[in-house]
Amino acid sequence: MNPLQAIPIAFTAIARNKLRALLTTLGIVIGVAAVIAMMAVGAGAKLELQQAFAAMGTNILVILPGSSNATGAVHLGYGSKPTLTWADLDAIKQVQTVRGVTPMLRSSMTLVAEEQNWTTMITGTTPVYFPIRDWPLARGSSFTDQDVEAAATSVVLGQTVVDNLFGRYVDPVGRTIRIKNMPFRVVGVASRKGQSSTGQDYDDAAFLPYTTFAQRLQGGLAKYLQGTILVQAASADATSRAEFDIRALLRDRHDLPPDREDDFSLRNLADIAGAEQQGTAAMTLLLASVAAISLVVGGIGIMNIMLVGVTERTREIGLRMALGAAPWDILAQFLAEAVALSVAGGLIGIASGIGIARWIASRLHWLTSVQPHVVVLAVGFSALVGVVFGVYPARKASRLDPIEALRFE
Amino acid sequence: MPRPLVALTDVTKIYASGDAEVRALDGVSLRIDEGECVAIMGASGSGKSTMMNLLGCLDRPTDGRYELAGRIVSEMSQRELAGVRNRFIGFVFQQFNLLSRTTALDNVALPLVYAGVGARERRERAAEALERVGLGARLHHHPNQLSGGQQQRVAIARAIVNDPKMILADEPTGALDTRTSVDVMRVFQDLWRSGITVVLVTHEPDIASYAARVVRMSDGHVVADSSQEPATAGAAR
Repeated sequence: MNPLQAIPIAFTAIARNKLRALLTTLGIVIGVAAVIAMMAVGAGAKLELQQAFAAMGTNILVILPGSSNATGAVHLGYGSKPTLTWADLDAIKQVQTVRGVTPMLRSSMTLVAEEQNWTTMITGTTPVYFPIRDWPLARGSSFTDQDVEAAATSVVLGQTVVDNLFGRYVDPVGRTIRIKNMPFRVVGVASRKGQSSTGQDYDDAAFLPYTTFAQRLQGGLAKYLQGTILVQAASADATSRAEFDIRALLRDRHDLPPDREDDFSLRNLADIAGAEQQGTAAMTLLLASVAAISLVVGGIGIMNIMLVGVTERTREIGLRMALGAAPWDILAQFLAEAVALSVAGGLIGIASGIGIARWIASRLHWLTSVQPHVVVLAVGFSALVGVVFGVYPARKASRLDPIEALRFE
Repeated sequence: MPRPLVALTDVTKIYASGDAEVRALDGVSLRIDEGECVAIMGASGSGKSTMMNLLGCLDRPTDGRYELAGRIVSEMSQRELAGVRNRFIGFVFQQFNLLSRTTALDNVALPLVYAGVGARERRERAAEALERVGLGARLHHHPNQLSGGQQQRVAIARAIVNDPKMILADEPTGALDTRTSVDVMRVFQDLWRSGITVVLVTHEPDIASYAARVVRMSDGHVVADSSQEPATAGAAR
């Protein structure tokens, strides 16, 4: 017999018992749908994290004043006590593995334009802030190093601030806004960056020279830096080296003996990103393996029904053998039937899985991503389930004695 | 001089039944020539069913030699035997053994699937075979839409569709009434007259009377082998 003949025979057999076939494949349908949906949610979460961290900039370290570890009953949070000095900042600029350093002094303040006002987070910093954050300007230009030197009243606005103060399609460059009743000239608009992983709007922000911020809005430049320091390492590979160098430098500058913990906190965004990604990857794997178990259960369901089918059709098997079917032909027939059932279940499962992923995306506003390789894998795996769980019943059928089988009632 | 189609030489078949051995066939030799119409008769337990299984290549002898159309089938593998059944033998069973929910045409075409014949040729040859048994108008009927006699004629069409050397019919009228039985026997006689070797396995003398030769079995031996003038089942159709 032409081996392909097994396929129409298998389909005819399945068509004779449609309801049973449907119920048999249900396990595979649920399993594949669950795997596809879970992997889509997992891939979406990973994508979202990647976007969020890409938005923060690459090879970034943040230095905060105050210790990072709770050692006693009373824990002072980050920034609770100023420990970083402007001299520290200048010293960090000299570290070899560091490309850029900038201070970040932050405060929430109200910006007033001619007709509107808007409260946003204002950051006092230097022009290198924008390249470090990998954040180009959409209009105009940044304030300059001379502006920082002179404590000039120049301001760069985020898109959300522009939208609320002037309207979406207005170019505000050259216009004047007031902060704490002081006039500031808008010199640039930062390009739209979107939301962070926690839903914070990056574009709801404004930027000034840190000198202006400290002198005019904070009440003078003191020895201590009333904020955090943003550091860009020379490269992604140099990030941990830079972290080590800066820690050694600051401990030395702050005269910390070896048994004292750091009086500052160094955060590496790559590490945080990596940890979060590992977390989602582990979660995805866990969900997918639970789903995969239901695939195996589905396979056992197919085996069960195939065994029932072999018993029910014993006479048919005997007849086919008498008419010239070799053992291999019978094996191929039943194997084709099992694989057809499981692949059909797989295909229905893929459709349902994609449907579930879309539903989650639209209903829960999660990012989901159905990846082609997952779909291919799901079809392959369901076919494999069909083969693995179909072999035993098919072998049983092919080894029947034709005389016994023909006599079977 | 007719050529031998079947040649059994000292064939023995032993079944293990618990601790005891059952000699279903005990040193049987039998020759059937091409074009014969033979009835194999015997009571249950006489060995006629075993004989039928061996002749049909569904089973292999414990000892002895079976030659079918010049091939020594007693030494063939299961796979080879399947091929021999497909090409040389057409089975007709007491219970018809048609596939339910399958048209007469597809039932008849079934042996051609295993012969590796293409779909279009299968349909053509199955339709021809059904014409030959007088069911040319019932190609697309399902077995449950046909009478017992019609079902058995579909089974006969299935037996002849691959041009076998020999039709092997096991109690072919056992499930039919007398009148229908005569109709079915007429089909067998027509086939025999057209040159096909027909072997009937039966315990009914009425049925055996349509054959030209009767082989009687008892306790695993051939006890009588005689030629006779076959009864006539009436004109064709």
